[in-house]
Amino acid sequence: MLKGGTRDTTRLLMERSVPGRVGAVAPPLDVPAQPLPDAALLRAGLALPEVSEPEVVQYFTGLSQLNFSIDTQFYPLGSCTMKYNPKVNDEVAFLPGFAAIHPLQPEETAQGALELLYRLQGFLGEITGMAGVSLATLAGAHGELAGVLMMRAYHQARGDFRRTKMAIPDSAHGTNPASAAMAGFDVVTLASDADGNVDLDALHELAGPELAGVMITLPSTLGLFDRNIVEVCRIVHQAGGLVYGDGANMNALLGRVKLGDLGFDVIHLNLHKTFSTPHGGGGPGAGPVCCGPELVPYLAAPVVNVVDVPPDDGKADPEWDETAFYILDTPEHSIGKISGFHGNFGVLVRAYTYIRTLGDAGIKSISGNAVLNANYLLNKLRDDYYLPYDRPCMHEVVFSADWQRERGVSGLEVAKRLLDYGFHAPTMYFPLIVHEALMIEPTEAENRDTLDAFIQALQAINRETDENPELVRQAPHTTPVSRLDEARAARQPDLRWRGE
Amino acid sequence: MNPEDRKYTQEHEWAKVEDAAARLVAVGITHYAQDELGDIVYFDLPQVGDKVAYMEKMGEVESVKAVSDLFSPVTGQVSAVNDALIDHPELVNDDPFEAGWIVRVVLEDLAELDNLMSAADYEAYIQGTH
Amino acid sequence: MTTGHFQSHYIPNTELEQAEMLAALGLASVDELFADIPAAFRNPPLDLPAPLSELEIQRELAALAGKNRPLGSGPSFLGAGAYHHFIPAIVKALMTRGEFLTAYTPYQPEVSQGTLQVIYEFQTLISNLYGMEVANAGMYDGATSLAEGVLMACRVTRRRRAAVADTLSPAYLQVIRTYCQAHGIDLYPVSPAADLEGQLDGDTAGLIVQYPNFYGGIEDLARLSAAAHDRGALLVVSADPLAMGMFQPPGHYDADIVTGEGQPLGIPASYGGPYVGLFTTKERYMRQMPSRLVGRTVDAQGRNGYVLTLQTREQHIRRERATSNICTNEALYALAATIYLAALGKQGLRQIAELCYHKAHYAAAQIEQLSGYSLPLEGPFFQEFVVQCPQPPAEINRQLLERNILGGLDVSISPYRDPLPPEVDRGILLCVTEMNTRQDIDALIAGLAEFS
Repeated sequence: MLKGGTRDTTRLLMERSVPGRVGAVAPPLDVPAQPLPDAALLRAGLALPEVSEPEVVQYFTGLSQLNFSIDTQFYPLGSCTMKYNPKVNDEVAFLPGFAAIHPLQPEETAQGALELLYRLQGFLGEITGMAGVSLATLAGAHGELAGVLMMRAYHQARGDFRRTKMAIPDSAHGTNPASAAMAGFDVVTLASDADGNVDLDALHELAGPELAGVMITLPSTLGLFDRNIVEVCRIVHQAGGLVYGDGANMNALLGRVKLGDLGFDVIHLNLHKTFSTPHGGGGPGAGPVCCGPELVPYLAAPVVNVVDVPPDDGKADPEWDETAFYILDTPEHSIGKISGFHGNFGVLVRAYTYIRTLGDAGIKSISGNAVLNANYLLNKLRDDYYLPYDRPCMHEVVFSADWQRERGVSGLEVAKRLLDYGFHAPTMYFPLIVHEALMIEPTEAENRDTLDAFIQALQAINRETDENPELVRQAPHTTPVSRLDEARAARQPDLRWRGE
Repeated sequence: MNPEDRKYTQEHEWAKVEDAAARLVAVGITHYAQDELGDIVYFDLPQVGDKVAYMEKMGEVESVKAVSDLFSPVTGQVSAVNDALIDHPELVNDDPFEAGWIVRVVLEDLAELDNLMSAADYEAYIQGTH
Repeated sequence: MTTGHFQSHYIPNTELEQAEMLAALGLASVDELFADIPAAFRNPPLDLPAPLSELEIQRELAALAGKNRPLGSGPSFLGAGAYHHFIPAIVKALMTRGEFLTAYTPYQPEVSQGTLQVIYEFQTLISNLYGMEVANAGMYDGATSLAEGVLMACRVTRRRRAAVADTLSPAYLQVIRTYCQAHGIDLYPVSPAADLEGQLDGDTAGLIVQYPNFYGGIEDLARLSAAAHDRGALLVVSADPLAMGMFQPPGHYDADIVTGEGQPLGIPASYGGPYVGLFTTKERYMRQMPSRLVGRTVDAQGRNGYVLTLQTREQHIRRERATSNICTNEALYALAATIYLAALGKQGLRQIAELCYHKAHYAAAQIEQLSGYSLPLEGPFFQEFVVQCPQPPAEINRQLLERNILGGLDVSISPYRDPLPPEVDRGILLCVTEMNTRQDIDALIAGLAEFS
């Protein structure tokens, strides 16, 4: 039986169902009953559970206790920026004036929401050094799709239909090639050099009339700032291509450098990483797209714009102006609407709140402490774990478990053993170019005691690799379930309860 | 451990003549290949009647965390597919050279097999890739 | 002298701790950690407002929220893709538990059984709701879910055309266009009320319909399904999950892909998001599905447990050949929908659907009695219906708002106007749910009567 606090969580909802139980009571019908349509249109049965409200609360609370989370464990998952999610962000997002407004209600009844979005566009444009921002994309990969579609539209608007190739480093997240393919591009792989930077010779080979652009993650998924980045942008631009920036790792750069200044043409941000909105066990996220002036007309719709009412009140800057009127607008050559309404508004409210709380001084403090914490881990663990790229890291450090592997313990097993010590595992086997990769991202939100405890745990596991390798190989031992049979899950997919 | 009654490719497939007169060969992947893949969970296979060509993709093999192309070691027409792999892809892990055969192909030209490696050459080849 | 140190309440390291940690690295300042950034671009001016305390933040956000009109602040009759429904208190109470809210994607199943089991429950309940064999762990929203359904229909059939019902939400059509623009997929309109013979052919991958449709009507899925399948095309349906409380599910009509907007299932309107997209299909198309799937299996001791499965479909493994680029989805709102369906259950969902049905039909019957108003569209409907008005809908909505009534969607303007019959030139799309009391409806009738 699963351990899950004091309540049983093993039985599923349909197994708990008892005919006649209800978990909610609907109000009585207060109008005369109306004629029903043809009975053939109406369904006979509905296989939903019948459980009482206390059971629902106990069951889901019990399930929650089977999870690791930021609120309960250190979660050093590389490239995911699992930082503290401020509670005030949730509280304001649930205000009725935000949570209970309809996306199609008249703009004059949603000016507060539109003003917030307009200001957030401004903040994100300022942080990234970009001219235009669309908040309509609902996750990082969704932002990537919008961004590469914009690149496609830009080239085609110039009558340039030859640019079919998108160059993507071998260290990139899988979403990059998948997004490029969804936008109709042929993906070509860009090699990394021995220092983990983009290999400039390889880039020169690809830079030509067929190159639509490159998709670069900065810092790279190796946790390194590419020292060639300005040259990369120059080479791509000279060949007529555009530079896409995957903003997954922006936590390292906040306030330190603006991607627009470096030469990036279009990027996305992950508000659920860098800007503290909760990840919710796999979403929601938000992936705003920020771009330079030449791509602004292609942004996904809608964007928020401002007009003055009355039309000319003599004030130069409508921002923060009480007479300003905010509207939802479609850019001139927009790639189109990419989500049902205006973006993940509830996530955008949280990110706005976060940026306002931190302000100019705090934003820079995020990157400073995130990078400091990662280098602290790098320095303390480098004698126990192999460091394939031996240079100071940015917000995350990529170790390899090669030294442990030589002694018969894999990176996966080291990571699983960490669960027994009460720490979430690092990102494993990514980036693909590092053998037995263990990618560790502490974030700025962890204190030194936690970092020290984590260091001690990894050192202890390294000792266990010699002293009791079987203990590590069979880990985890203390979790609600042990190692699960993933091959069985894939061979005989059981994707829903069918009654037993 | 690689049987000597068949030929091998650098992509770790084998082809074994079943009936020379009918130009019929069985095709599968090697022990080395299944070991590298780990637990095989799914095959995407050609259908009977499909044409396959030497070193061109004829399907896919999936493990839990990876997907690899299956290349045909020969040119011809598929005459049989190992249906047992649909429900039991692990047959290829357990017995890659016999019960885990993948397709049977009628070759255009039996002499095509001369291009492939012998068991000894293949053994040397996989030693060299280590 | 000021050191420039800023101590945020979200960041533990003090200035002294920073100095000690830097010393351990042999560095004198945080700035030195950023030496790889070219000096010309390092530490640019940053024009952001100064930090705020939590008290100031609460004031500022309350002021912004106060400029918006919440749905609960007066009678509201706006639907068209986002709906005002009752949400039991337990939904928010449970989904905001930190163990759910602040967990990542369940890549480490041993310490993510809570999230994984919830998604398995979600897949079960959504499959049951739509009468389909398999559901995924969720998509971004209803519009993107349908767009991915169109792409999947093209993959499954290896065809490059899709017949889109002209009664589909115009917003959904725009999103489908955005998703299909790079694939040379020909999207062409068909009228589901007309004879489909000749509108579908051997190149048509799918017939794409909404159920109920954008204008509220219940499409004849039996006929549409037969027409699609006759031509070897898939029937792809975007269905309101709440209407499934009383109407036959698309699975009953042998639909091949059924998607939907999960927002009606316990998710606040929230100005358009976050919601959750629903996505279901037949088992034989399971490996063509986008997004995550959770499967049940056993652990080393033989205990039941849950894992992400069939991951070779996804971008982190198959990269440019993946079924979709989707990674982060809307797991928290899949949780909300699961809690909602657990609480409402078999009886509750039917009761809520019937409340919407009876109230909407009561309102429609009352409006039809008003001189100058008519219900121009025939056929059964659920909770939304088009009313032809005696005055331009914009003017009616404006005056309703003066009575603190949020009116319906003005469908007299493009693109909503296009598929409607020519005589519906002053149409308004009204939505009535269980949230509207008889008093609300009577207030609406009184407001509309002013224009009779």
